[in-house]
Amino acid sequence: MRRVGSGFAGPERTIVLWCPDWPITAALRSLSASGTGLRASFPASRSAIARAVGPDSPLALIDAGLVFACSASARRDGVKRGLRVREAQARCPDLAVLDYDSAVDIRLFEPVLEAIEQTMPGVQVLRPGTCAVRARGPARYYGGEEEAALWLLDALDALGIHGARVGIADGPFTAEHAARSPQRQRIRIVPEGGSAVFLSEMPVGLLGEPSLATLLRRLGIRTLGEFARLDAADVEARFGESGARVHALANGLDSRSVVPRVVPEELDSSAGFEPPLDRIDQVAFGCRALADRFIEQLIRAKLVCTSIRIEVESESGEFSERSWLHPRSFTAADVVDRVRWQLQGSGSIDSGVSSRITSVRVVPESVDAIGNHEEGLWGTGLDERVHHGLSRVQSMLGHGAVVTAVVGGGRTLGDRRNLVAWGDRPAVTKSTAEPWPGQLPTPSPGTVFEVAQPAMVIDAAGVAVDIDDRGTLSGLPAQFSPDGRTLRSVSAWAGPWTIDERWWDADTSRRASRFQLVDETGAAWLLVLENHEWGTEARYD
Amino acid sequence: MSVAIDIFECMFEYGEMSPAAATLDASPTRSTVEELQARIRQMQATTLDTRTIPTHPAIARLLPGGGLKQGVAYSVDHSSSLLMALLAGPSAAGSWCGVVGVPEFGVEAAEHFGIDLERLVLVPHPGEQWLGVTAAIADVLGVVVTRPPQRASDSSVSRLTARLRQRGATLLVLGPWPQSEAMLSLSESNWSGIGQGSGHLSARQVTVTVSSRAGGRPRSARLWLPDPHERFREVERPGLVGVSRVQNDTYPGTVHEVHGFHEAAG
Repeated sequence: MRRVGSGFAGPERTIVLWCPDWPITAALRSLSASGTGLRASFPASRSAIARAVGPDSPLALIDAGLVFACSASARRDGVKRGLRVREAQARCPDLAVLDYDSAVDIRLFEPVLEAIEQTMPGVQVLRPGTCAVRARGPARYYGGEEEAALWLLDALDALGIHGARVGIADGPFTAEHAARSPQRQRIRIVPEGGSAVFLSEMPVGLLGEPSLATLLRRLGIRTLGEFARLDAADVEARFGESGARVHALANGLDSRSVVPRVVPEELDSSAGFEPPLDRIDQVAFGCRALADRFIEQLIRAKLVCTSIRIEVESESGEFSERSWLHPRSFTAADVVDRVRWQLQGSGSIDSGVSSRITSVRVVPESVDAIGNHEEGLWGTGLDERVHHGLSRVQSMLGHGAVVTAVVGGGRTLGDRRNLVAWGDRPAVTKSTAEPWPGQLPTPSPGTVFEVAQPAMVIDAAGVAVDIDDRGTLSGLPAQFSPDGRTLRSVSAWAGPWTIDERWWDADTSRRASRFQLVDETGAAWLLVLENHEWGTEARYD
Repeated sequence: MSVAIDIFECMFEYGEMSPAAATLDASPTRSTVEELQARIRQMQATTLDTRTIPTHPAIARLLPGGGLKQGVAYSVDHSSSLLMALLAGPSAAGSWCGVVGVPEFGVEAAEHFGIDLERLVLVPHPGEQWLGVTAAIADVLGVVVTRPPQRASDSSVSRLTARLRQRGATLLVLGPWPQSEAMLSLSESNWSGIGQGSGHLSARQVTVTVSSRAGGRPRSARLWLPDPHERFREVERPGLVGVSRVQNDTYPGTVHEVHGFHEAAG
């Protein structure tokens, strides 16, 4: 090759390991982890699916309404990547469908990489499910390329990942296609210098450049061999840099070398308690050294942490974990506070725990370079001070006692009010952008009671006012009692505005009629009639 | 001049100003008394910390000193919307606001009134530690709304007052408060837009009365709270109820300025 002449001593022998259907494997493994009941963080629906989905049942992962990956049994029924969900379900009626989560792929590939690193050093992740290793060292150590590949497959089988395949060739491109080549053997070795021959019958679509592949097909070039036979200078003149690069790939001259990943530093800290502790303040005290060590490690790695996960194990085998966010970055005292809040729940500091605590582990979930969090020369001023003050109140009352508010969507006042603990990310489930027919007309009431107070509304004859299924009132409101104590006369009223929410779901359905009533002093109230009972939801004051 | 001196003597003899002023009703001396009282207030005000925080003009003109002062407490008589009207000015100007012990604070209405929810912090249930929490919040936030549990003890009131003065925070108390700078209350509330089984609540006119601790006649004004666009402003017709002459002299043309402000803002 003219272009890579001086420093390039031919492509490097490379081992590529490929786990077919990795997204499916990862999803099944994460489901089985949640199915054991240890991790409470998974929603109930996932664990329900976990029970329903066995390793061989058809499963598809959906990304943006299309099938992203599917299991082998689903593929047998005709499901393939890129189908619409509806069509995939039509082809395979007992298909279980899950949302695709790329984070799960990456997270579950980590133990695989660790296992490989114990077998042979210097792994490069090409993508979750596929990784490359330089072949020279392992081949010499294990006494041959095939032996090295067998060791690799053994390591994966030990993890319970079956069906992985290995390709060994010159350069990662050829090696990957060797691993993916359809054949019975799990190991495919392309001899040194044989890459061009191996690739020659493959379609041009494998180059990973869809527009170039289309053009080549229209020019009558269908295989990599035909493309490779073109003169390199002509290809570069016609298709530029990127064309020349893929032309080299088609010739089996992959100039990329394996770049071993840098093994991430272990940043989590844990503390074990022997004998186990049964008081929260003792645990919090015991975690002080842990928190100091945790923060010190981060600072040594020139990092700060903005989100941590705390895992607590108790004597009886209970396992609780929770993620905590921080609006700025965690200090040691903040970490201790989070441990305490997690144990405490809504109880007080000196309350006991249900089962004695044996160990606490703090894992950094998201870290950032310390330089981005350095205070300016003049300090960051007010917000920093506000945060410290509010954190102090949180340490007095508990994490959830200091809140900020976000207005969300929804029909009822309670739905629209979302309170978020200070430092947490707001989780608004209902969007304000949607119209929400049936919501109250403006102005919004200034006082919204946390829980509706029992109330009473009677008509002129002194009979309680009620509403029938068609929304007709049994009488006109004449007097009412918004607090259940004093009786006021109605000077003006409006309503009923009936909402009938989620009637298809017995657990969350709600049918209620709202009324606005004004008493003789000019005070206005929002009353709700639900299940023949009146309640005061809000006051316009 | 001699008349003025007599009045001064009167005032110092009786200690209290208002009874003295009441006995001098309907005479030219009365205006002199009010003028002098205003001057005394102003002179007293300069000796104390008189920095005011931005307040909506419709309410600022009723308050002693022409706005919410830093480091003092105001008492608001059970009205969330009046409270929000007071908070809206400081919040729009960039202050952080805190609400302690008022779990039923309507955040949606607060947002409509112009309070920035990102700078609004709520502590709905301070429980036993009400005083400590309010003091800690007042340390860091500019304006704090609180509702004391039952009756706050005198010692806790004075400790909190000292803390406020030191930190320059403004305290708005829902309910009575012994050392409040002024007491704001609502009366004669009239809702419009609602009939007998028809329409819905759309706007309210209400009389806001401010009685200040320094004495003097309570000032009041008729406000839209809220108006049909969920804002608050003064009622257009110049029928201001019971605004004293000192008020009119001190703030000539305020009414027009207020309207100008609104047209510009709208």
